Amino acid sequence: MTSRTIYGTQKTMELICPAGTPSALRAAVEAGSDAVYCGFRNETNARNFPGLNFDDEELREGVAYAHSRAAKVLVALNTFARAGNFGIWQRAAEQAVSAGADALIVADLGLIDWARKAFPEQRIHLSVQAAAATVPAIRFYVEHFGVRRVVLPRVLTVDEIAAIAADGACEIEVFAFGGLCVMAEGRCLLSSYATGESPNMNGVCSPAAHVAYAQEGTDLAARLNGFTIDRYPDGQPAAYPTLCKGRFSCGGKTMHVFEEPTSLNTIEILPALQRAGVSALKIEGRQRGKAYPDSDGARLPRGVGCFAFGAANAIAGAVSIYRR
Amino acid sequence: MQITIGPVLFNWSNPEWADFYARIAEEAPVDRVVLGEVICSKRTPFRSDAIGDVVERLERAGKDVVLATLALPTLKREIAEIGETAGGDHMIEVNDIAAVYQLGGRAHVVGPFINVYNEHTLKVLEGLGARTVCLPPELPAQSIRAIAACRTTADIEVLAFGRAPLAVSARCYHARLHNLTKDSCRYVCDQDRDGLDVDTLDGQKFLAVNGIATMASGVTVLGRELTTLADAGVSRIRLSPHTCDMVAVSAAYRDLCDGRIDAAELMAVIQQQPLPGAIVNGYVHGRAGSVFA
Repeated sequence: MTSRTIYGTQKTMELICPAGTPSALRAAVEAGSDAVYCGFRNETNARNFPGLNFDDEELREGVAYAHSRAAKVLVALNTFARAGNFGIWQRAAEQAVSAGADALIVADLGLIDWARKAFPEQRIHLSVQAAAATVPAIRFYVEHFGVRRVVLPRVLTVDEIAAIAADGACEIEVFAFGGLCVMAEGRCLLSSYATGESPNMNGVCSPAAHVAYAQEGTDLAARLNGFTIDRYPDGQPAAYPTLCKGRFSCGGKTMHVFEEPTSLNTIEILPALQRAGVSALKIEGRQRGKAYPDSDGARLPRGVGCFAFGAANAIAGAVSIYRR
Repeated sequence: MQITIGPVLFNWSNPEWADFYARIAEEAPVDRVVLGEVICSKRTPFRSDAIGDVVERLERAGKDVVLATLALPTLKREIAEIGETAGGDHMIEVNDIAAVYQLGGRAHVVGPFINVYNEHTLKVLEGLGARTVCLPPELPAQSIRAIAACRTTADIEVLAFGRAPLAVSARCYHARLHNLTKDSCRYVCDQDRDGLDVDTLDGQKFLAVNGIATMASGVTVLGRELTTLADAGVSRIRLSPHTCDMVAVSAAYRDLCDGRIDAAELMAVIQQQPLPGAIVNGYVHGRAGSVFA
């Protein structure tokens, strides 16, 4: 495993895979991920979906397993702590640190401040949910709270990433593959406007409990809490009704007003990302478990492998994680 | 209860923008006026000639003037402009954490685009110079109460009137809709003075686009909730400008806050206004923001 290095001395890009469940964590580590990221089974993480995530004991086991294979575990505490209930987020941070997490991925300013004081030695990464996309925003978190790495929003160009990395305030992590938020992450309330539940407050976006499909004549309507997000003529495959990926009427047009139902894939620009000074690549998709596209998705770990794995069997293993 | 007129979030023409503030200065019974461009820096050059006169007029009328800054600064020029604004004589309203960094601890207002979800975040921001914090629109009353209970140096403000801003994006949706790029947008957002409606394919009113911002279709109107919010420690309400008669709206809020009318009478005044969307208040009740509870 050529890419496994101690933080701070690493030269190649670290590959960080999603671990929605303990078995996904093992699979990702076995496949050769340099690190995995995961969260607790509650509202402290932004993938608070049924059937996903870890309890305290599972995290301890997961960290022990990952460390036995020289892989790191990054724990996402990336929602915004609910007022009056800060203790839930504090406990999650305590459990993560106690389990041996290599880093906490945090978005909430209050939680970052608390964690920095409670665990001065703990490595803290700034979650993409904090939407720090400029040099002064990143310096703010580095200088005030000692943040060691920032996860950049998915909408930046390679040149913009390079300019931020060149400032050298901290390590830069970018999303390499998966869901694409076209809104500034952590600054989008569309989901709570439609359903009452949002990424920031509840760790969910366009939650499944509010989804309904209805066959209406030849159309299949996909709705979120009663709002029609798209309609599919007979036989056309229907997508999950994620709010910002829907078709709407606007200004006399019917179109994907915000974004097409597409995903992010950086396979073509991986060398450019490395030249830009990116330290780590993150694969989105803790909610996807072991199921991931065999077609497009499988291409990324292969490409990443050129830089981060360097071993054919590891690439094959990584590919196997992402089979749908 | 103090009343704040929030910044105009839409691309109004210069004369319309200046006339609006002239009327606010002379006729609106409000305490503070926040003005300046929040959504798109390309709109700013059209304002810079007029803003000096507008500020002077507002201050002569006894209004406390705060200068707003961008919600999503990305270009070096935009960041530099925030620094220049911050270096002036007026308190500024920050809407991105980059601006907090640039202020270096100077007193400021925290706008609704900054994520303040709990009392610990409030404490951090107070320590950095926050004197007013306008909370994010999605917070329920319970959270507002818990946050306000811990305030020391900052007043707590909530949006009481107007379309709530729901998201910002690197992409300009007005430009996208017109098959233009953000850089060559021809300022098409100036056609939609309260935002451009985004309806579902079944004709439901849903959202509104405004440049890089996505807004609620529904217009937040808090009336009877203000008693609870005042009791919770909220000391300022924000009225976000629309093309309806904002003097009438602010006068009705002044009357409600001073006990001259009740919430039903406020609602009656507001319902007479040509609002761009249905009246909603779900967020403060802990429900979907799109509903009226």
